[in-house]
Amino acid sequence: MSNPTYTVIFYLFAAITVFSAAFVVFSRNVIYSAFSLLFTFFGVAALYVFLSADFIAVTQVVVYVGGILVLLLFGVMFTNSIMFTELKTDVLHIVPGTLLLFGMIGAMLYTFYTTHGWMPSDVTLQGSIVERIGFETMSRYVLPFEMASILLLAALIGAAFLARFEKPDNNE
Amino acid sequence: MEQLTTIGLNHYLTISAILLCLGLFAVMTRKNAIVILMGVELILNAANINFLAFSKYNGGMEGVMISLFVIVLAAAEAAIALAIVINIFKIFKSVDVSSIDSMKE
Repeated sequence: MSNPTYTVIFYLFAAITVFSAAFVVFSRNVIYSAFSLLFTFFGVAALYVFLSADFIAVTQVVVYVGGILVLLLFGVMFTNSIMFTELKTDVLHIVPGTLLLFGMIGAMLYTFYTTHGWMPSDVTLQGSIVERIGFETMSRYVLPFEMASILLLAALIGAAFLARFEKPDNNE
Repeated sequence: MEQLTTIGLNHYLTISAILLCLGLFAVMTRKNAIVILMGVELILNAANINFLAFSKYNGGMEGVMISLFVIVLAAAEAAIALAIVINIFKIFKSVDVSSIDSMKE
């Protein structure tokens, strides 16, 4: 895996992911944050392809970029009166937040780089895994698969019920 | 140099740690409920990268399947959370989470 092209492309996508995520967090404008989140999701999808999880990458693009991001943008547009207030977000706890940010990154990286031998096998996933995902879904993971469908139905009904518009009282 | 040019497990863990801490920072320091939701999505993505990285370097399928279910749950979570945020906006006329301090109108 020490092909130089592979390494350069990996670092490119890693940089896109990390810097756009930082822009999501540090930007004061909610719309900028939402559009920067687009690049983060695409970068993470590219990293999934590097991890030979092609099906997960496609699912990430479809669900996150096509669904969750549009939903978040809709929420931004809906909950800010664009004509009257600027789309800014306030900040609080900036000092403890920054301390936590750098402290946790430092602690986790220290742990990762000083721990050895937590990969029990030398086998790595290679090639496409779509077929294996199909087999696993229909054999070992069939119960969580069915439960996910019930959960999605419940979430659909719940979200539609919660976000419905109040009609004026016209039942009589 | 060999460490840097050969992409291994530690590279993915580094990216995932940075994403997790940025998401945590957003959840902690922002007042807008929608930006807090974006932070939660960043945290879920960081967890997914970890699952897939360990799955790849372990040769098993468990991480792949769990990350698929994480994406499903994230979709449901975003829908419900947006519905709640819209309700909060209808009642309080604001999505500033530090000004929402009463349980009953």
